[in-house]
Amino acid sequence: MSDKAIRGLIVRGLIAAGIVLSAAAPSAVMAQEQYFGIPSSRVGPFSAMGTGYYGGIIDYLNYVNIKFGGVNGVKLTWEECETEYNAARTVECYQRLLTKGDQKMVVFDTLGTPGAYAVIGRMEPDNVVLAQYGYGRTDAADGTVWPWVFNAAGHYWGQVAVQLSFMAQQEGGIEKMKGKTVVHLHIDSAFGREPLPAMREITKQWGIKLIEIAVPPPGLEQQSQWLQIRREKADWVTFWGAGSGMNSTAITNAARVGFPRNRMVYVSFGGAEEDMVPAGDAAKGTYVTANAIPGKFPLIQDIEKVVYGAGKGNMQNPERVGTVYYNRGVGAAVTWVEALKNAQRIHKKAGKTVTGPEFRDGYEALDLTDAKLKEIGIQGMSAPFKMSCSKHDGSERFRVMQWDGSKFALVTDWMPAPDPVFIRKLIEESAAKFAAENKVTPRKCT
Amino acid sequence: MFYREAGQYSTSYGQDRQLLTLRQDRLGMIVLLAVGFVGLPLFASDYWLSAILIPWLVLALVALGQNILMGYAGQLSLGSAGFMAAGAFACYNLMLRVPGIPFPVAVLLSGLIAAVVGIVFGLPSLRIRGLYLAVATLASQFFIVWALDKFGWFKNYDTSGIINAQTIVIFGQTMSTPSQKYLVVLVIVGVLTLLAANMARGSTGRSWRAVRDMDVAAEAMGMSLLRTKLQAFAISSFYCGVGGALFLFAYLQTAEPAAFSIELSFRILFMVIIGGLGTILGAFLGSGFILLLPIFLNMGFHAILGKNVDATIASALEQVIFGVLIIIFLIFEPLGLARLWQVTKERLRLWPFKY
Repeated sequence: MSDKAIRGLIVRGLIAAGIVLSAAAPSAVMAQEQYFGIPSSRVGPFSAMGTGYYGGIIDYLNYVNIKFGGVNGVKLTWEECETEYNAARTVECYQRLLTKGDQKMVVFDTLGTPGAYAVIGRMEPDNVVLAQYGYGRTDAADGTVWPWVFNAAGHYWGQVAVQLSFMAQQEGGIEKMKGKTVVHLHIDSAFGREPLPAMREITKQWGIKLIEIAVPPPGLEQQSQWLQIRREKADWVTFWGAGSGMNSTAITNAARVGFPRNRMVYVSFGGAEEDMVPAGDAAKGTYVTANAIPGKFPLIQDIEKVVYGAGKGNMQNPERVGTVYYNRGVGAAVTWVEALKNAQRIHKKAGKTVTGPEFRDGYEALDLTDAKLKEIGIQGMSAPFKMSCSKHDGSERFRVMQWDGSKFALVTDWMPAPDPVFIRKLIEESAAKFAAENKVTPRKCT
Repeated sequence: MFYREAGQYSTSYGQDRQLLTLRQDRLGMIVLLAVGFVGLPLFASDYWLSAILIPWLVLALVALGQNILMGYAGQLSLGSAGFMAAGAFACYNLMLRVPGIPFPVAVLLSGLIAAVVGIVFGLPSLRIRGLYLAVATLASQFFIVWALDKFGWFKNYDTSGIINAQTIVIFGQTMSTPSQKYLVVLVIVGVLTLLAANMARGSTGRSWRAVRDMDVAAEAMGMSLLRTKLQAFAISSFYCGVGGALFLFAYLQTAEPAAFSIELSFRILFMVIIGGLGTILGAFLGSGFILLLPIFLNMGFHAILGKNVDATIASALEQVIFGVLIIIFLIFEPLGLARLWQVTKERLRLWPFKY
């Protein structure tokens, strides 16, 4: 290596260090801003999910800024950080996004169960809300044990109960499910295993034979698993996949072994256009449970007009506006903004920046009625829900959609779990076990 | 000029055998330690301590373990993340099931448990070598993670298969702030690095290198291959196990077995290769490169480009640049970053003259 090259290297190193330092240095922030941290995952196997979801969030924040000048005059600002859907990187991003100048992050949304689990213990000490919008740790729905964690768009226990209930509907009643074989095919991670506690209980009650089959990440190799499914003569498959590669592979493998697609029910996080299209015609008939419906709802149309019209849209491909992941992101951002409005109202800080605890109170006070959703312009896109001190899960309702080869057709209305009281009991038991193990004193909810 | 050894004589055997023979090196080390132990905990932000320095030190320790096995003893292995998982889960279970066990003892024991696991999976090395051994050690990676997933006992029957690290308490003092955790990690990593440096230059390290360079010759000279190879496996897994325990307790706090995937093993392998095979410094430089460079690139891109450029393109560009940098380093300095530092030192010795 020549002298010149070494000198060049040193100079380049110094420049890089300078850039990094200037990035890390706090920049002065004006008052009347509310800062959000966005841990996006835009590269890797989960990029379809990450670009759509976080694109939807950023577009809505932008929309609120452009159309209404922020929330009561408080401008919304945000900072992005790339997690690659990796738990260790999520922790790094969380720490990086936690403070920006003199502002502190109030809400964190990892869009992924592994990431949520990696940071869940940091929420209470740091005073940050963990908004698990339809994923994550289920027993966090018990707000007495988990004051800082929420599942606004439903959790996996409720979702798997809805899926089983849908199967029963198709078979002609719960009693007809007796003796049927249901395979839970899942990626071998916390996300894939999350629905199992509820699923085991319900299948036992209904007399269903449950077979759990794990697919090692990244899940692109499923041949043997599908052969096993055929051998077991499964009647239904609940599929918990991660990343469009794994999700479309399941469909092509099912087609290869001749398993009917209209006997497969996909989890909300594997059930988007990006997961179906790569599998081509084979995907036709696949069922999906959804907590956000695709479509050009009035708000989505307005975002297209206001944000994309001004050339400030976040989606690289504007065609994806109004798809499942995008709409789910908008839904998540709506809960952030509504929580912020609540926080300003409850703590009489209209037009001012709110703190983490204030935002938490606002999030807990979320009450998105049908009328409210209509006012926002997303009536029908997600189910109305109301939170409370102890109840931190949103609407425990999902809609079943079916892929018709080019788009999703809605099959059912918003379906609740067949026995919500039972699910709630499981949640409280699990949360109590966690509290006992980790010496958490549940707070009182009056 | 800066690295002139002129005038520095060793007047005793002790002086001749010390770790850092040059006064400049000793001074540099003192400054480094002062910065590490006093400066950083006092002045670095929580973000730097908890998200940059702790994982860097921990992964450097694991890379050091991998380097002992691969760089010094020449046994190509792909199981380091598996041994990390063994250490992490061992530490969690020790803290959970042994009442009143002090954290340092739990870490030490979890390192020993990982070492036992390492010996078991090191047995094939007596029969197979090179790339074939790498494939055989893959078994450890998959078996350990599979076993931790399969048997609920390891995770105390958690419904989601997740373990939560207990709080670190040392001598009645709770170590919960980033700077406290950083100090715990720094002390453990510092002690183990010192040990590794001494092993590497002593008779242990010589026998490793003899086995690496030609095991038949080493055997002919009367070295026990069984002992040397298994010793390397045990010590390497010990380092990985301790690293895994620290990774869980000081960094992640909550983890599932899948966090210790084959991908992590590969990253550790790359750290060793980029840092420099068979060097102590290389483990630190390599883990800095592989772990921190993507983070700095991400920060840099967001600072320079801000919101003017599509974040998806920026994220993709970061990966491209990272990949290109790896290739550039491997072409210009195949012996790793540690060699680069050595070359720089030699040049500084002669500076301002060419030779």
